[in-house]
Amino acid sequence: MDLYVLGQQIVNGLVLGSTYGLIAVGYTMVYGIIGMINFAHGEVYMVSAYLTAIGLAVLAYFGISSPWLLISLTMVFAILFTSLLGITIERLAYRPLRKANRLAPLISAIGVSLILQNYVQLSQGAKNQGVPTLIEGVFRMGSEDHFFQITYMQMLIVVVALIAMGLLNFVVQKTALGRACRATQQDRQMAQILGIDTDKVIALVFGIGAALAAVAGVLITLNYGSFDFFVGFVTGIKAFTAAVLGGIGSLPGAMLGGILLGLAESLFSGFVNSDYKDVFAFALLVGILIFRPSGLLGKPSVEKV
Amino acid sequence: MLTRLTLTLALTVMTSSLGLAAGKDILIGVAGPHTGASAPFGLQLWKGAEKAVDDINKAGGVNGHMLRTVKADDACLPAQAKNVANKLVNTDKVNAVVGHFCSSSTIPAAGIYRENNVLMITPASTNPRVTEDQAYKTKDCQAITDKNKKDQCELNNYSTIMRTCGRDDQQGVEAANFIVNRLHSKSVAIIHDKDTYGQGLADAMRTHLKTLGQPAPVMYEGLTRGEKDFNALVTKVKAAKADVVYFGGLYAEAGPLLRQMREQGLKAAFISGDGIVSNDFLSAAGGAKFVDGAYMTFGADLRNVPTGKAVVEAFRKSGYEPEGYTLYSYAAVQAIAAAMKGTGEIQDGRKLSKWLVDNGAETVMGLVRWTPKGDLVKSSYVMYVWDKAGKYAEATKL
Repeated sequence: MDLYVLGQQIVNGLVLGSTYGLIAVGYTMVYGIIGMINFAHGEVYMVSAYLTAIGLAVLAYFGISSPWLLISLTMVFAILFTSLLGITIERLAYRPLRKANRLAPLISAIGVSLILQNYVQLSQGAKNQGVPTLIEGVFRMGSEDHFFQITYMQMLIVVVALIAMGLLNFVVQKTALGRACRATQQDRQMAQILGIDTDKVIALVFGIGAALAAVAGVLITLNYGSFDFFVGFVTGIKAFTAAVLGGIGSLPGAMLGGILLGLAESLFSGFVNSDYKDVFAFALLVGILIFRPSGLLGKPSVEKV
Repeated sequence: MLTRLTLTLALTVMTSSLGLAAGKDILIGVAGPHTGASAPFGLQLWKGAEKAVDDINKAGGVNGHMLRTVKADDACLPAQAKNVANKLVNTDKVNAVVGHFCSSSTIPAAGIYRENNVLMITPASTNPRVTEDQAYKTKDCQAITDKNKKDQCELNNYSTIMRTCGRDDQQGVEAANFIVNRLHSKSVAIIHDKDTYGQGLADAMRTHLKTLGQPAPVMYEGLTRGEKDFNALVTKVKAAKADVVYFGGLYAEAGPLLRQMREQGLKAAFISGDGIVSNDFLSAAGGAKFVDGAYMTFGADLRNVPTGKAVVEAFRKSGYEPEGYTLYSYAAVQAIAAAMKGTGEIQDGRKLSKWLVDNGAETVMGLVRWTPKGDLVKSSYVMYVWDKAGKYAEATKL
């Protein structure tokens, strides 16, 4: 086997998987805390792609041209507005349904997803949008026409994804805020009795999930250079799959699931057949769920008596 | 009290005038992806049809009727295409249809139009099956000896499905010739998007390469529509040492695919079909430097045809660039109007399509003639090449 090609496919899979992982966090956290699947999360990521373009345009208008400054300021801008969007969606579409049948918020989520998608199409147009390439350059190994490469942008994606996940893990495990989150996840009613404002915690979880989707949105948009109002759909499904694969409700599971899914897709399409890469990815999912019904790192739910 | 009275009055006037107009108007359904990932193409069909209807109405309409467009959104989903076709036929009771866009939507919808004897002209669906599936089969009427009865039988079996664009088998020939004669390629990688149009194009390419005595493609694989990351596929193409990548599909996937090819340092030539004829290809690829040198086959660019000059200028004045299929859609409406004028009939799809096959129609494309199957008699595909300014021009002129 050609090692350069193998290495290249692993890089392809890692980069793709990191973006899946970042978005999967939003699914997994929301599921962990209120047991609902937020189908609008893919569209939240899509909105953050548009925010990236808007942020870049505004900054360029003010004459900022340093790529690193552009990226970090855009990141802050996108995170701010996307988490605001996440919190607003929770407040308007899910909180009023908190005590309703479990299916109601699910349908509401599908509704939000349709609203966001169509709103963006109508307000921004159906056209493909593009952003300029900010970070050029590539690291290559090998000869002139036979090499392995990773672009600086791809490195940035993997590094930022790992940092973001590490940071989030720290927040959830080591801070008072994280403790409140975990308490709400374990027993919402009890947490409330003990003085935790659970509504606020849930809103915050939506905000955090959206923030990570925004990180992914900025990085993916800069890497692939183009997006439209429809990008949230496929990416959302893939990220959701990643969350289930890693064990929905588990934070490290989301990242692990994302990277596994990315690697599986890229290695299968690289060495077997790209026609069937999704078939393979989902067969893998089914296989894992048969042996570990709650995903790789998920904890089986305990029946309470 | 007064306000309520005025309101009622206003409402009555409004409804009665609407009712009157609705009774007289000729309805033309414009079916295509008005939402969803292919919406920019739906917009091209819509803009073209709307402008044509406007222009025809300004010139006095058809047989004393005004034309009116009805938007029908299939989102390029075959199941939804069947639904909107049924709705256009049964609820809106349209007189004729311009559309659909994606061949995978047009093929199932066409059956419904033909069954209900409604004329459908697609400005964009190039898959052979669009007309082939509905084409009249001579054997159905061969046994009949009485001439009048035979004519009647033939008319009853006539297809109401036509198009103002070419077919993928012709497109494939043009592209295959180009690859062999101009690029002198020996290793072609064929990639498609697993949709009827894209895979049809890819199949046509594979067949014609074989006819030309070329070695089998080094790769023949599909990607998933809606995705943006094709790096794994690109690495594979690179490892297969292809010097030409032929892509059957639309710009939304073609753009990122081409970009990732260049980012991975793959210098192979990139060729695709009419699914990337849109400035959106440019933004999907992330800029002109990536599309530079990309080839595509497309019908003669109607923007350069003298018959369409006035229409093109009117479009540009309104701030819309009539790219891609816009003018083909305009021509489809013109053909419908011409057939209605010619026959004095506004509903019978078989009569209208037979008239078009017998007489042809003057359109922005010039005089258009059809085969009895509803395909263009003459449709020449031209090879275009994108340059580093993000514009495309005929490759043969270079």
